[in-house]
Amino acid sequence: MKFLCVECDQQMAFAERALPGDGTLAASFKCPKCGRVVAMLTNPMETQLVSSLGVEIGGRTVPSEPFEMVRANVVTGGPAWSDGAQERLSRVPSFVRGMVKKIYADYAKERGIQEITPTIMDTARAELGLEGM
Amino acid sequence: MRTYYQLTDPDRSGLVDQIGAQRKRVAERLAGVARIVAVMSGKGGVGKSYVTAHLARGLARAGRSVGVLDADLNGPTIPGLLKVPQAPPDQPTAIGLDGVKCISMGQFLEAGAPLAFTGPSAESFVWRGAMEAAALREFLSDVEWGDLDVLMLDLPPGMQRYIELCDILGKAPAVLTVTIPTPESRDAVRRAMRAAVDHGSELLGIVENMVGRDFEGTAADDLAREFATPVLARIPWHPTPDTWAELGARL
Repeated sequence: MKFLCVECDQQMAFAERALPGDGTLAASFKCPKCGRVVAMLTNPMETQLVSSLGVEIGGRTVPSEPFEMVRANVVTGGPAWSDGAQERLSRVPSFVRGMVKKIYADYAKERGIQEITPTIMDTARAELGLEGM
Repeated sequence: MRTYYQLTDPDRSGLVDQIGAQRKRVAERLAGVARIVAVMSGKGGVGKSYVTAHLARGLARAGRSVGVLDADLNGPTIPGLLKVPQAPPDQPTAIGLDGVKCISMGQFLEAGAPLAFTGPSAESFVWRGAMEAAALREFLSDVEWGDLDVLMLDLPPGMQRYIELCDILGKAPAVLTVTIPTPESRDAVRRAMRAAVDHGSELLGIVENMVGRDFEGTAADDLAREFATPVLARIPWHPTPDTWAELGARL
């Protein structure tokens, strides 16, 4: 993927990368002639596709670790549940507890959250409109 | 307006160089491996993993240094067959029965847990295949395989993983084909063998598994004739260590 400043007919140079933590990626590119900057913004699916190639936009700053992709991206057993989160989950009626647990687990998974806490549950409820769960 | 290949300034991301470095790392890791053998079949349930594990053990008992890469990422069975611990492996790689080196997704997953990746669940089919190929590449490049006489690749049913391996390795591996005697197996395996030939793989021969009971047919003989490759072994329902030793000697 390359970026061209059409007005200057110049290849734009990579300037900066940002990972906001919500699964998206932002990378900016600058025209070396006129200084114009454009940003490439990818959604979580597009970011994941780049990640799956084992490459880094902007170049690698440290060598890759053994099994880097596998360790970072394979779900070895789902996110951990803190004591407080487990206690709160136990108060959910048993006939819907599995479904509720899955909703929170999916929420955590999509955001790369390793441990579900009561705070995470509150945030998820607010974001997903799950008041009462 | 200029197009992609007309832009030739150095790319700071160096994505092409990063991919090249990955390929180089695979080649360096496998430099001490004398032979790579993909155990494949177009058919599921014919005993590829069983044959792989026991053949690996047979070769190891005969004094060969052997490694097994479990390329069945979604249904890993090699750790169980070689009795390697189901825990994330540290360097060097796990050692199974009879000293067989092993790497498998099963070492990373909790017992019974399906393979899942972090990431957006919507339209995950778009990136999941690439993730699996990346995992395969890491299994090849991040294990200290050292000097091996044989590295066996236990493939899942179908051709997708074989094609990924050809790409990652940069060349088609030699292929050992496993079938059961039935015509249904023969027809599925034929497609896989044809694909292997089309990609340039050397066909080492055919192992006919589960011979002597309910499965009837002449799959191995038919395929051997059609592809001009030998039937290396007919494995009975209760093979002995000698069965695997003889197969190893013929390989």
